[in-house]
Amino acid sequence: MALLGFLILFPLVVAGVLLAVRDNRARNVVVAVSALVVGVASVWLVVSYLSAPWISFDFHSPVVDYACTIVSVLVAAAILFFGIRYKNVPACVLAVVQVVGSLAFEFAFAHSLPVEQGLYLDSLSLLMAFIIGVVGSGICVYALGYMEDFQAHEPEGAKDRRPTFFALMFAFLSAMFLIVFSNNMVWLFTGWEVTTVCSFLLIGYTRTEEAVRNAFRQIIMNLIGGIAFLVALYACAIQLGTLSLVEFLQIGIMNPALVALPVTALALAGLTKAAQMPFHTWLLGAMVAPTPTSALLHSSTMVKAGVFLLVKLSPIMYAGAFASQGGLLAAMPSIMTVLVGGITFALCSFMAISQSNAKRVLAYSTIANLGLIVACAGVGTPEAVWAAAFLILFHAIAKSLLFLCVGTAEHHIGSRDIEDMDLLFERMPRLSRFMMLGILCMFIAPFGMLVAKWATLVSFAEMGQVMLIIVLAFGSAATFMFWAKWLGKLSGIAAARENVEHDVHTSEWTAVMVMAVLVILCCAGLPVISWFAVEPYVYSVYGMLGQDISFSNLWISSVLSIAVIVVLFAGLGRTKARKVDIYLAGVSRDNGERTFRNSLSGTSTASARNWYLEDVFGERRIAPIGTACCSAVIIVALAAAAVSVPGLF
Amino acid sequence: MSLLSVLIGTLAFAVLAPVLGCLLAGLDRKVSARMQGRVGPPLLQPYYDVRKLIEKDNVSVNSAEGAYVTCALVFTLIAGGIFFSGGNLLMSVFVVTLSGLFFIVAAYSTRSPYAEIGAMRETLQVMAYEPMVLLMAVTFFMASGTFDVAGAFALGAPAVVVAWPAFLGFLFVLTIKLRKSPFDLSYSHHAHQEIVKGITTEMSGRTLAKVEVMHWCENILFLGWTALFFIWGSPVSALVAVLVAVLVYFLEIWIDNNFARVKWQALLKSAWVVALVAGGVNIAALAYAPYLM
Amino acid sequence: MTYATKSPWVIHYDASSCNGCDIEVLAALCPGYDVERFGIVNTGNPKHADIFLVTGSVNEQNIKVVQEIYNQMVEPKVVVACGICACSGGIFHDCYNVIGGVDQAIPVDVYAPGCAVRPEAIIDAVVEALGILEEKSKALQAQRKGA
Repeated sequence: MALLGFLILFPLVVAGVLLAVRDNRARNVVVAVSALVVGVASVWLVVSYLSAPWISFDFHSPVVDYACTIVSVLVAAAILFFGIRYKNVPACVLAVVQVVGSLAFEFAFAHSLPVEQGLYLDSLSLLMAFIIGVVGSGICVYALGYMEDFQAHEPEGAKDRRPTFFALMFAFLSAMFLIVFSNNMVWLFTGWEVTTVCSFLLIGYTRTEEAVRNAFRQIIMNLIGGIAFLVALYACAIQLGTLSLVEFLQIGIMNPALVALPVTALALAGLTKAAQMPFHTWLLGAMVAPTPTSALLHSSTMVKAGVFLLVKLSPIMYAGAFASQGGLLAAMPSIMTVLVGGITFALCSFMAISQSNAKRVLAYSTIANLGLIVACAGVGTPEAVWAAAFLILFHAIAKSLLFLCVGTAEHHIGSRDIEDMDLLFERMPRLSRFMMLGILCMFIAPFGMLVAKWATLVSFAEMGQVMLIIVLAFGSAATFMFWAKWLGKLSGIAAARENVEHDVHTSEWTAVMVMAVLVILCCAGLPVISWFAVEPYVYSVYGMLGQDISFSNLWISSVLSIAVIVVLFAGLGRTKARKVDIYLAGVSRDNGERTFRNSLSGTSTASARNWYLEDVFGERRIAPIGTACCSAVIIVALAAAAVSVPGLF
Repeated sequence: MSLLSVLIGTLAFAVLAPVLGCLLAGLDRKVSARMQGRVGPPLLQPYYDVRKLIEKDNVSVNSAEGAYVTCALVFTLIAGGIFFSGGNLLMSVFVVTLSGLFFIVAAYSTRSPYAEIGAMRETLQVMAYEPMVLLMAVTFFMASGTFDVAGAFALGAPAVVVAWPAFLGFLFVLTIKLRKSPFDLSYSHHAHQEIVKGITTEMSGRTLAKVEVMHWCENILFLGWTALFFIWGSPVSALVAVLVAVLVYFLEIWIDNNFARVKWQALLKSAWVVALVAGGVNIAALAYAPYLM
Repeated sequence: MTYATKSPWVIHYDASSCNGCDIEVLAALCPGYDVERFGIVNTGNPKHADIFLVTGSVNEQNIKVVQEIYNQMVEPKVVVACGICACSGGIFHDCYNVIGGVDQAIPVDVYAPGCAVRPEAIIDAVVEALGILEEKSKALQAQRKGA
């Protein structure tokens, strides 16, 4: 338990230290050392509790309760402060609602309902801790080099606010650890709100008009989720008389109809944080932030908090969908999450096709994959939860690898447009191979993400979830399109190009290497991870194993992915064949540059852009459909849940 | 299914599929020629073509293309091995997709404008047929209760009895997968129907030979998927399945010779509508039938 | 025996023909003559072709195009000049920008004269070319073994 406390508090202390450290070199040392410490500590935690069932820790302290309340109030105050400063009325109103709500809650219930066992861990928490501790702190290390370049690109005399930046990154990690280890739902809520405000400040880091606007969009949407969380807390306290997560889950599984309101409200909170439609715009807007922020938000933190909560709730949704009493009402949270997740997965995959900005493609792919995790959580069978856990793991590592690669590429080629990544295979040979590895891991068999999607498909098929099967089939096809064309762009080889990757910072290489090694290890060790980390969780929750994919198939995937990785890193570039020019039809001027003699004896350049199918998959066509459908689903579900509460109407 | 059976299956497939596929391709050209009132080439013409390509000088536009195409061929063989050793149907589908991806990346890596157009069209084709192929696999699962191909031999009646809409939908996208007109957007076997030679523009000699062999093996594998719907727990079923596969291939040749190539919009739209209607209706029927009865 | 003669794939280029010979080349490829009986396929891609059929004379504007197509064909390969213009420049030989026959640009293996050249003559020339292709193919294999 000391380790849990250490993981929660240590990043917080580091954040405080970083706020004070102004010297670049000292900061580099502090960040590198503490990232290492957090990484090692989380790995140690995972190893020492490997395949543990649910373990609760007796820990309750009024001091922590008060600290949490103070933090919640401070968070709301900070939002209020910025809301007033930038004259944003909705943010102010929501912040006021929240601060009043949480203070009232504190004085009315919190002390009458003590939670004896404040902290817990199970295999899912361990998986999350591993992701936060290793991937998250890896991103912090990466940020060292990246932010140095970033600061160099800033106009002369711009204020160096890197201390704040790094402090926020570490505070973020601390809050995430709090979320995954808290059994006390009030503490969980505090962590939840801290991540919201940290990402608000990180998105608005550059303080440009666009950044501020997007930061406020983020805060408004997440405050809605926060208030939904608060509603759930009230409902738990009033209806169920407990604030312990484990007790709440137990009551919920026994009687899903009884907890319909809190589960729906918590699911809504999860959906906002996981950037599901109609809340997806905040994650797209978050792209204005420096790349390490995007990497952190997308892979290991923030959005993962949303799906973590939903996966925790999935046994209740599963129970609700098959409840003998309560009927439709009990099934409502499940229906809501499944529909929203499924629609988001398909539509965001479609929209990703129409994007040429690499970070926007990554953002849409994140939202789509989260949609799939959400849908799995909504289905809630042991098989679906198995798949969801793997989706979380592989998405975190592959996506962070991709973000880090895109960030580094952007600083060296001056663009984040996929079309400009033409010939990256030669200009940045190492980086482009890592990027290709990340892309492969995201969408193609036999790599992790696809194995997880495969499991998802099997679990949907077993459950007869017709809509989800269709959504998955079409969404996966779209996924193939947008990843394959990006991969193709990266792979182009032409006459020797200047290599521009010599001056990539060591810290960036370190982080990218860590992610790449993680991707390789996880793909190769897939059956082992299933055995030691994911199955124990499924077993501890459902009392049975749900494995859709037999072990031998997992081993085949593992062997095949090793083969592909070997080809990617060692098999390319060796041939005895004589090199010849490409065919340009007519007379080439400079074959490597694809220039040829045109009909007026002048010089023309042949160029080929990828297809973006704007008319078919454009945002303008698709986004309104998704927003309308998902909003309607959420409103209906909330209304049904609210009506169900006796005495409310 | 274990790694060993997949390995044995892959080796067997690697030996048998090229032979059968080559004969099938020869038959294809012969039958096409007869449909056009010609005599046509000898049955072994595809074999001669490949042998000639191997004899050609060993040249390449870059150092990676050959490796990518080799990967594409190897993964096609593995997919065939998985399928014909009675393994998981979905895995076979996914591994073929991986092979397709390597083929696409090989074309992209050349950076030839014509090859890039072909690669982009191939990517679009994959997107067009993938939903129906996945739905076909799911329908097979719902009809037979397992994704394992070997499970078909335990069925009382062939899967097609309850899965005929999905089977028909699959036949529709099979035209894309077999690279037959009207859906041969990325790479056509017909002379001068192509911008230069689509996705294979920069491939020559041995690399092109590998592409041809891969295409033979793919055809055998896809016909295997087709035949799977006619397998049940009776020795006669193997005969029926082979007969159906032959008939289906004849149908594809007939389509190939009678339809002109369509634009990509028509390809995508028709393939997706067919997948949605045929696959969706079939899956819904199978999923909800127990509740209705 | 080599397989080069069993599967000769051709590419056709119109240098500066009046189109008479072009039509005859295409006629030879039509079902009426059915040259696919001999494995002949018309490809649009020099990288796939073994036999280069050129019609028309070579001029200042297209000489480099002819050379580039020839250079991009993979060994072993043969060139057939189809029609009198391709053989020697024909009636255009003293035009101001005409250089002459195809052999002014690239090595020609078989000459098929005629104005326009008849399909039978083209097929005959291709059969002639197959013999040369066979020799070149053998030479290449010998060189490969020796190397």
